[in-house]
Amino acid sequence: MNVLTDNFSDYGAGFLGTLELTVYASLLALALGFLMASFRVAPVGSLRIFGTVWVAVLRNTPLTLLFFAVLLGLPRFGLVLPFEVFAVLALGCYTSAFICEALRSGINTVPRGQGEAARSLGMTFGQTLSLVVLPQAFRSVIPPVGSTLIALAKNSAIAGAFSVTELLGTYKTLNELGYSIIWTFVWIAVGYLVITLAISAVFHALERRWGVAR
Amino acid sequence: MTAAPALYDVPGPRARRRHALYGALSTVVLLALLAWILYLLFHTGQFTATKWTPFEYQGIQLLLLRGLGNTLKAFAIAAVLSLALGGVLATGRLSDHRPVRALATLVVEFFRAMPVLVMIFFIFVALKVQPLPALVAGLTLYNGSVLAEVFRSGVHAVERGQREAAFALGMRKTQVMAHVLVPQAVRAMLPAFISQLVVALKDTSLGFLITYEEFLHAGKLIASNLDYDLPFIPVVMVISPIYIGMCMLLSWFAGWVSRREQRSPKTEAVAHAPAGPGALLPGGEPPMAPEP
Repeated sequence: MNVLTDNFSDYGAGFLGTLELTVYASLLALALGFLMASFRVAPVGSLRIFGTVWVAVLRNTPLTLLFFAVLLGLPRFGLVLPFEVFAVLALGCYTSAFICEALRSGINTVPRGQGEAARSLGMTFGQTLSLVVLPQAFRSVIPPVGSTLIALAKNSAIAGAFSVTELLGTYKTLNELGYSIIWTFVWIAVGYLVITLAISAVFHALERRWGVAR
Repeated sequence: MTAAPALYDVPGPRARRRHALYGALSTVVLLALLAWILYLLFHTGQFTATKWTPFEYQGIQLLLLRGLGNTLKAFAIAAVLSLALGGVLATGRLSDHRPVRALATLVVEFFRAMPVLVMIFFIFVALKVQPLPALVAGLTLYNGSVLAEVFRSGVHAVERGQREAAFALGMRKTQVMAHVLVPQAVRAMLPAFISQLVVALKDTSLGFLITYEEFLHAGKLIASNLDYDLPFIPVVMVISPIYIGMCMLLSWFAGWVSRREQRSPKTEAVAHAPAGPGALLPGGEPPMAPEP
């Protein structure tokens, strides 16, 4: 127990680091994922191909490799940013591929007649998408997007191994200070559980409010 | 389920011209992006001979191959063990005995909620295990738990009539499971199993972080060599196609099995789990078969 109370500031910094990474990377992933999903359903061929390639490549890239390429590779281009920004970039891009697929399969759950009806009323592509299809798709994508973001929170642990301040990384400091390693990890585990359970609670609430009644 | 909703009409001549214009514009933008990246690559001297000669040396090729071999070894052991653990945990979760069920549920839920990396580090640092067993144990615990969930949802997705008919014939619970439910569930969940193995393959790269000498580790060794002018980008350009290629191959195999199973008459009585993105996602919910 005193592992936590003695090192509350260390744990706090790590916890906040993980939280920050998760929030920023989630925002990036949601924005990019939305963009890619709209590319993938667009009537323009080259955008569709770009979206498809983006998803196929990122979904099959090990996240460690992506971190390796972004955190150690991009600085070779003379692009020097704080490691936190690189970590958000890597996590966000990686997760955007999964968000894109969740959104796309959400669009596919909207019955065909809805889009046809909207079009027969003379709505344009943008109107059909934003006024008819997306509001309905939104309801059915809440659970998959929620589990994607939970996975993102868990994946942010990799950033800690690339020397970004983050919850898992706190074990090194505490290990050097000679605290019980088992308890150190127990409290790290509790920290992650708090974050993932919070995300899951938020999405359960969203689903109760907006979800499709099945 | 119908195909994608009709978002736009079959375009007429004017719309086709407009789309062609958009297409040309976006192609130009994408090509410009590509050209800019290439310019950056050349400008920062990533294609100089010093950075690429190391790949001609046999020692370095052997180093990379050994790394790849270690990656595949970790993957193979972890895959076999997680399938076994998944089977055991799923049996526990489907048990008739409440304590067994509760224990299995606790184990599955805990290991699914923990980041794999935290478990691997815990086993590696706290239990002072060698890198390979630590990596394999972490991957097994996590993927085994996910596979158990996939397996259980598969058994539950078999049409109720199958179970009822088997019981009505006088089969015992074990017989119903072994002869009726499990064979159908395994068939239907095969794509999801393979997709989860893609996750395991991707996660073997976490071994890099605990100094397991796998593929990425070999790459790092070459990349941080001053003699070759720190060839980070060339290393990434060499190893990422191999990694991504392996994962894509396995993903494609999952998709192929899925399409095959969909046509098979033997999976009629069970809702089919496609090899969806959720299945490929580390930490994602296991693909829940839609209710029949």
